[in-house]
Amino acid sequence: MRFFYYLDLARRSFARHRVLTALMIVAIALGIGTSMTTLTVLYLLSGDPLPGKSERTFYVQLDAGGKEGFRPGEEPNLQLSRYDAEGLLRARHAPRQALMTGGNGAIDPKRAGVDPFYADVRYTSADFFPMFDVPFARGGPWTAQEDEAHARVAVISKELAEKLFDGGDGVGRSVRLDGHELAIVGVLEYWRPTPHFYDLFTGDYGESEQIFLPFSTSRDLELERSGNIDCWDEAGLTSTAVNAPCAWIQFWVQLESPAEAAAYRDYLVSYSEEQQRNGRFMRPPNVRLRSVMEWLDFRRVVPSDVRLQAWLAFAFLAVCLLNTVGLLLAKFLRRSAEIGVRRALGASRRAIFTQFLVEAGCVGLIGGVLGLGLAWLGLYAVRQQPVDYAPLARLDPTMLATTFVIALVSSLLAGLLPAWRAARIVPALQLKSQ
Amino acid sequence: MDFGPILATLRRHRTAAALIVLEIALSCAFVCNAIYLIGGRVSRMEHPSGLAESELVRVQITAPGKQEDAQVAIQEDLALLSAIPGVRKAAFTRQLPFGNSSWNSGVKLTLEETHSRLVATTYLGSEGLLETLGVQLVAGRDFTRDEYVDEEEALASTTTGPIIITRAVAERLWPGQPGVGQTLYLGGHTLQVIGVLERLVRPNEYHGAADYELSLLVPVRERYTRTVNYVLRVDPARRAEVLAAASSALGQSRPGRIILEKQTLEEMRNKYYRGDRAMAWLLVSVCAALLIVTALGIVGLASFWVGQRTRQIGIRRALGATRGQVVRYFQAENFLLATFGIALGMLLAYGINQLLMERYELGRLPAQYLPVGALSLWMLGQLAVLGPALRAASVPPAVATRTV
Repeated sequence: MRFFYYLDLARRSFARHRVLTALMIVAIALGIGTSMTTLTVLYLLSGDPLPGKSERTFYVQLDAGGKEGFRPGEEPNLQLSRYDAEGLLRARHAPRQALMTGGNGAIDPKRAGVDPFYADVRYTSADFFPMFDVPFARGGPWTAQEDEAHARVAVISKELAEKLFDGGDGVGRSVRLDGHELAIVGVLEYWRPTPHFYDLFTGDYGESEQIFLPFSTSRDLELERSGNIDCWDEAGLTSTAVNAPCAWIQFWVQLESPAEAAAYRDYLVSYSEEQQRNGRFMRPPNVRLRSVMEWLDFRRVVPSDVRLQAWLAFAFLAVCLLNTVGLLLAKFLRRSAEIGVRRALGASRRAIFTQFLVEAGCVGLIGGVLGLGLAWLGLYAVRQQPVDYAPLARLDPTMLATTFVIALVSSLLAGLLPAWRAARIVPALQLKSQ
Repeated sequence: MDFGPILATLRRHRTAAALIVLEIALSCAFVCNAIYLIGGRVSRMEHPSGLAESELVRVQITAPGKQEDAQVAIQEDLALLSAIPGVRKAAFTRQLPFGNSSWNSGVKLTLEETHSRLVATTYLGSEGLLETLGVQLVAGRDFTRDEYVDEEEALASTTTGPIIITRAVAERLWPGQPGVGQTLYLGGHTLQVIGVLERLVRPNEYHGAADYELSLLVPVRERYTRTVNYVLRVDPARRAEVLAAASSALGQSRPGRIILEKQTLEEMRNKYYRGDRAMAWLLVSVCAALLIVTALGIVGLASFWVGQRTRQIGIRRALGATRGQVVRYFQAENFLLATFGIALGMLLAYGINQLLMERYELGRLPAQYLPVGALSLWMLGQLAVLGPALRAASVPPAVATRTV
């Protein structure tokens, strides 16, 4: 096989120019290592948190702001007021809808030897679980009737169940949150959507909450909320009251088709008009209905530092490749005499070209393998960073394959020009100069 | 130095010369922009907070359920904290710099205007907060004891209350005028400025770097929310000891309390800027790697040229050229290539900066960064070419007489 002969030639060439070959391999490895590290992080952070469903799941915005500070065409409030969120939930104009907000509270483990601890909580409504495909290990979600009845129920995470019940099943037992007993109706499987898309106001890449309970119940118990709250009027002491002029609730709907989405948007406009007529809304209807990915894009969830790092790494890879082109050129032309002899003995231009491309490809592959090691180290370094997405930074098969493709393609590209120059060497001239 | 022969030689090695020029150009553009980015991060990290940072520690606690006797609890806690050896002053505060969570409100200059002049953060705390934080008044005075009111009372109040603002707020609202004595409006409440602070930063830079120092202080005792921050001004040498004592005292004073945070303000600052520090180091290491790769590329190509021109060098030496002249030839050649590269790199640097400005809201690259990049690449080129040039100089004139 010709190919293996070329491989053997490449091996000999590497052995003869050890330092130069090592230089090229190290340069490619560095370039590949840095760019794969940053690309993996970028890829993980810009992923779809709700695959297969994200284009059918929408985030609702209404403009409930006050008369003051109004500028036509501005973005409406990023969240809904409690009045509007509860109203839209009751109206049930979408097949599925859920209101939600973040919170936290002290959990009393009711077990000797375990101290009370603070946990993140989500106050939401029944459709949250089927709408976001939340996986259950035991039991299931609470019902819409339980939402209306302000039932003292909760769904807890697998981690919390393990902590509270020593690995035992929690369904049917209760959890004590801020001094209130809540009956556990379901225990989740491990669930951590990335980004934390359904509430970007409690950390873009945070972990999901440990306890979920009906929003209605959380208001009865006056549990503590967290996240962002925007008040446009004097809120007084109770910014979480039904009629408070404050936006602090996220509202998601699932709509099956573009027609359904258009109909829901119309409904939001007519709802706004009705509120304006009632004197509640001071501004003309201004609604938004963004799908999951549109919403993430609009909120610029992927940190700009991460995107900047990816650009930096690819600029670095470009310089490394340019460097490789130069070194390969030097290396190949240094062997002009050898090429001249081979050509004189009957090797075609194509054969010379292929031979040198194989050599360049080998440099790329070895550099790629080393680069993969560097990327693995780089991702390890990212995991040590104080960012909420740190634990996610790991190589997956897609990125592994991408690494090799990038390494091979880029080294072949780098080898193209030098190999072409080598193939153009005129045999007679080389033989004469000897 | 006569560049003519060098240019003539380079013209015969167009591809290799172009590659080196391009590599130098890319490196130059990259390094200029990276130095600028690093500078930006460093100046961000060095922004003073206005606080006596080295003397401060904070403890954040929470308790389950509604706290009905909030103010009593706070006063008890403060008495407890003040009694700890090493504590000079203790105060309650709703928010702290580097603490992220913040309370912001729009400020107006008349009640009638429909748009706020600026959005500033409002610090609420117990008496003596200014002294505890160590912030400096440049005009006016601190609040007096009887100016402090409960939150309910403050919200219901229709009379003019006192407020302390930072110099940044005063300069924004009343440029060139003294701030003390002026009136401003905060959510329907009339407030009169009684003091101006040199500096007090917001808990975070969410509202942008230009607004980082827009802070207000009002003498309001906050209704006890479940999560409470205490800030202690202590003997810097005893910070760890005080933190341990304070958290155990607070934890034991009432049942069910959980200590959420306990750290020195320096730790908070470090944590707050960890991302910037990591980015700056990343840029420094990528720059270093880039310069090393570029230098190695120059070494590789120069060595190749030296090898290729051994005969010519021998002939020049035989015709009377000194070793120094041979070395200078290669140095001049490299200088020429570097100059082309740097010229192209400057254009590229501006192009990249333009992109960064559009995408990442960065400022225009200041011109003084360009000579820094240029100088570093000239020096790098000269260093890299020195080895091959010296090797060229050691070619004996006798080479000229050999046929192979």
